[in-house]
Amino acid sequence: MNVGQSCNRVDAFEKATGRAKYEADLVDRSALVAKICHSTIAHGKVKSFDLSEAEKIDGVVKIITCFDVPKNYFPTSGHPYSLDPNHQDIADRLLLEEHVRYYGDDIAVVIARDELTAKKAVRAIKVEYEEYPFVLDPLEAIKEGAPQVQENFPGNILAHTSTSGGDYEEAIKEPGLLCVDKWYETPIVQHAHIENHGCYAYMEKDRIVVVSSTQIPHIVQRIVGQALNCPWGKIRIIKPYVGGGFGGKQDALYEPLCAYLTTQVGGRKVHIEMTREETFWSNRVRHAFKYHLVTWFRKDGTFVARKMEAYSRQGGYASHGHTIAVKGAGAFNQIYKSDAFKTEAYTVYTNTTAAGAMRGYGMPQFTFATECHTDDIAAVLHMDPVEIRRKNMMEVGFKDNFSGNVNYFPSHEQCMKKAMDYIHWDEKRKLYANQTGPVRRGIGMAIFWYNTGGYPFVLELSSCRMILNQDGTIQVQVAETEIGQGADTAFSQMAADAVGLPMESVHVVTVQDTDITPFGFGAYASRQTYMAGKAIWKTGRMFREKLLDYASFLLKQPAETMDIIDGIVVNSDSHEELMTMQELAVTAFYNPDRAEQITAESTNQCKSNAYSFGCCFAEVEVDIPLCKVKILDMVNVHDCGRLINPALARAQVHGGMSMAIGFGLSEQLIYDPKTGRPVNGNLLDYKISTTMDHPHLEAQFVENPEPTHPFGTKALGEPPTCPGAAALRNAIYNATGVAFDEAPVNAHTMFKKFSETGLFEEVEHNV
Amino acid sequence: MYDFNHLYEPASAAEAVEMMQAHPKAKIIAGGSDLLVQLRDGINAGCDFISIYMIDELRGISIDAEKNIRIGALTSFSKITKNKIIQENVPVLGEAADTVGGPQIRNIGTIGGNICNGHTGADTAGTLFALDAMVELTGPDGKEIIPIAQFYKSTGGVDLKPAQLLTAVIIPEKCYTGYVGCYYKYAARNAMDVDIVGCSVNVRLSEDKTVIEDVRAAFGVVGPNPVRVILAENKIRGSRVYPELAGIFADAAVEEIHPRTDFRGTKEFRLHMAHEIVKRMFTEAVKKAGGDI
Amino acid sequence: MQAKLIRCTINGVYTEKYVDVRASLTDMLRDEYELTSVKKGCEVGECGACNVIIDGECYNSCIYLAAWADGKHIKTLEGLMGPNGELSDIQQAFIDAAAIQCGFCTPGFIMSAAEILESGKRYTRDELRKLMSGHICRCTGYENILNAVEKTMNRRLEKKNESDK
Repeated sequence: MNVGQSCNRVDAFEKATGRAKYEADLVDRSALVAKICHSTIAHGKVKSFDLSEAEKIDGVVKIITCFDVPKNYFPTSGHPYSLDPNHQDIADRLLLEEHVRYYGDDIAVVIARDELTAKKAVRAIKVEYEEYPFVLDPLEAIKEGAPQVQENFPGNILAHTSTSGGDYEEAIKEPGLLCVDKWYETPIVQHAHIENHGCYAYMEKDRIVVVSSTQIPHIVQRIVGQALNCPWGKIRIIKPYVGGGFGGKQDALYEPLCAYLTTQVGGRKVHIEMTREETFWSNRVRHAFKYHLVTWFRKDGTFVARKMEAYSRQGGYASHGHTIAVKGAGAFNQIYKSDAFKTEAYTVYTNTTAAGAMRGYGMPQFTFATECHTDDIAAVLHMDPVEIRRKNMMEVGFKDNFSGNVNYFPSHEQCMKKAMDYIHWDEKRKLYANQTGPVRRGIGMAIFWYNTGGYPFVLELSSCRMILNQDGTIQVQVAETEIGQGADTAFSQMAADAVGLPMESVHVVTVQDTDITPFGFGAYASRQTYMAGKAIWKTGRMFREKLLDYASFLLKQPAETMDIIDGIVVNSDSHEELMTMQELAVTAFYNPDRAEQITAESTNQCKSNAYSFGCCFAEVEVDIPLCKVKILDMVNVHDCGRLINPALARAQVHGGMSMAIGFGLSEQLIYDPKTGRPVNGNLLDYKISTTMDHPHLEAQFVENPEPTHPFGTKALGEPPTCPGAAALRNAIYNATGVAFDEAPVNAHTMFKKFSETGLFEEVEHNV
Repeated sequence: MYDFNHLYEPASAAEAVEMMQAHPKAKIIAGGSDLLVQLRDGINAGCDFISIYMIDELRGISIDAEKNIRIGALTSFSKITKNKIIQENVPVLGEAADTVGGPQIRNIGTIGGNICNGHTGADTAGTLFALDAMVELTGPDGKEIIPIAQFYKSTGGVDLKPAQLLTAVIIPEKCYTGYVGCYYKYAARNAMDVDIVGCSVNVRLSEDKTVIEDVRAAFGVVGPNPVRVILAENKIRGSRVYPELAGIFADAAVEEIHPRTDFRGTKEFRLHMAHEIVKRMFTEAVKKAGGDI
Repeated sequence: MQAKLIRCTINGVYTEKYVDVRASLTDMLRDEYELTSVKKGCEVGECGACNVIIDGECYNSCIYLAAWADGKHIKTLEGLMGPNGELSDIQQAFIDAAAIQCGFCTPGFIMSAAEILESGKRYTRDELRKLMSGHICRCTGYENILNAVEKTMNRRLEKKNESDK
């Protein structure tokens, strides 16, 4: 058995030696370099360009502006296509924009001999704008008379959806109810994958090849086809090693433009490489949210009626749009039960960077709001935060009729129990109860659940191909992409078990090439191990049958009496070794009577989803006068079903916790209210935690096998990012008695709140 | 590729001065950790550089017979921190240098560059203010040695005369003997960051550790330049050591500073933190010096 | 274009080449010597992906002029491997500790680790955190990276102790 083993990553050697080739390592020096001219206003219209100075620069090949590109609107979101026009992603984007919708919008592009020349020429372009007023905040954007960001969306509302259950108005009439009614807010943050997005394109005969740092090659193929209004088969996307994505590359970024540019220079190779600054302000960001949460509850802590209003800050273009807000709204009545609930979710266009997918897809934001809110309710009742969750959280046996998800096991309880034991919850809640000094400690927690894959919001499928090599090893191809998570390793382990081979006999092809790779959707929605796992199982079993059929022909024994174990054909009862895979393979390829390459290929359409559960517990020390938080300890416990590779699962959790630390305490893309310009779009001023800002990160698991999956596994990619920010905020609340309703809880927000609440004076006085 | 025009590489300080005279518009580049970053942003694009980075005579730390310490302008932050002379005599400077950026930045960044960049939050500059250090400037007319505070223009930035080069930092013996120093960098992160506000304090106690014989404190990012709080120092110089003294000193110190609001922090935030960290650094310095506070 | 003859030793091999003076050391190593382990993550010294060892110390090669490399000994990740493709202990430790995910920050981290380990000193976990703090990793939360460095340090010190006996 390979599944369940902590084997080393299949790509680790290449990466540890520097041999792994990423997009920028592959482009040759013949490539022309394209640099984008970004708008220096947040909202307006480009009236004209003066290109005279730029065109004079030696080495400039061509300058293309927003007035030159086809008026062919396309979507960018990395969702599967939908045959239902009402369910298709909003097509609101052009290759270059005349109507500037955020500071940094793409208005022109220079193609030049080299990067420096292109940069110089971009600086030499003079732009005349007609400036419009701009709006940064979703609540301002929906007011009457607010600047109109997208022509086809009056009032800037991209979408508004409502859900409800029970009779809210009736339920809150119950005598003796208490109520917590509060707003919570999360910031714009950025993926900051260490490899910036880049792509290069060239033509082969009349086809366009794009090599891109993307999570979603087949989806990008379709979008480039849409953007260029050409048959999708004319586009070939190649995805090499990718240096992180986190959802930022689950969008068509600059592939459509790059593909267009090569057609404008006779099919010559054109390279677009983002700078770090461009990654921050002109790629994608996480949707910032404002939540209004109201909970009516009894004195025993049980929830009676709950209401949520959510305002999602979309930015200038739709990208993933309303699906992010919908995800939280859909989770609202599932994470906690109540007699009645109502949700209103708005996604609002603003003059900020387009928000797209980011690890957790709305759930880190939602979880921050609801889990802060739950602690706020617990505080009113002087109830232990774990206790109030136990009273209200999703019950075992709960079924969501939309997704079909079932809560089969007491996962939340099991996860919380493990975390409480690890962090000594009861002991520390007591210990930290009555502190008065300037430096105080606190402990907090949060729970969450997450989906596995996109079903039924979007179509789900995965295809897999297995090919026998001459030495009995196999090649495995799937469209699901390795972008750092360890996907190829998990695929190898599952493929090995599905066929009956040792790990070293399985070669997962890490490069996706839409000309070669079977069709699928790529890395998002924590779907890959689940979806590709199903396709690998299905294909693997077909492949195994074909191998046994061939063995049957050779050995003159019925296939049913044989098995493949660890790469050897054996008698299923006695396990007597009959033939090695190597013998079988070489015979199959060169048998004069029946020569064939044994292959198997299948698509698995998946019509199921699965709840993934977990919690985070954190312990902090707050230096009140300095407004500094030190994380003393932090533990995430997850039930993501059976672990395919425990060591890699832990590593995945560490990374998610790290992002949650940033989301909770330090990261925030800030826009200048006077100009709409992002002021901290670089790695110095955008505060990602360093080694010195992290505590030890503890990752633990509860392994309840997922019944809907052949390997018993479910989502883990995104879940670790969800609960951390709220757990940290709740720990700070526990330490200081001050409830922060805004992430990140950084020194500035602490300074403001501690000033308002008089905590500085109190501490001073106590000293 | 960097967008500059020509690179001049003098082999000595004297040659550098000549080249600066010949190319008055050229920019001097030391380790480049500020200049090159600005150039990526298009600042000074197309300029000429005179690189002094390869001039080894500007590196190194020495101590003379009078125990004055001389630090070559191109000495890197990490070399300062690891240096025995610094560790034994002015550990606070090594500690301040050790808060700059991250390890790789501390290997490339130089003390001279840190000063000449003229940034108010330069970690070593504030500490040199609190040490009453001197700077050695070499120009066409030879060398001059002036107090670091005089090297700054009131509007911000350093006052280098044409073709003049900062060649060394000198810490006179009287400025550090008997003093204990502490530095605090207030930043959003514990590494790879810049000061929101910084504070360096030096204290000299009487032999019996009961009296503040001398105190010098300097802040960064509370004005256009690093700044000393002379009035506050005067107020408590000669005072006996007692618990409330740190608060009194801090109250007086913040009267003398004028921080501004920017996206890294508001004026109020900076004032509050300046107060808190000067109090802590003063207390720590007194304690380290053997005082009972 | 102004070019300068850069004579230096890269991964143990003496080499000389005329290089555009405007090139960063990252540009030179990637474009002239095809040492693509040297990654571009920010090009302003804030991420550490381009980190290399110059005369025994770590530098972000993105903010180091190629012109300054003249006369220096430079080591990149490619130079850690033995002549017959043997991995160094720290590379193997990164693999074994699951310290690699997307792999883009990995070369920079391993080079910092190599410098730290070269010192032959024992460091606490907190000291290691400080010594490795010049790098941003978005995948690992640094946990397994620190584990890999700590384990290799302990192993080397054990070996040294044994050979000293």
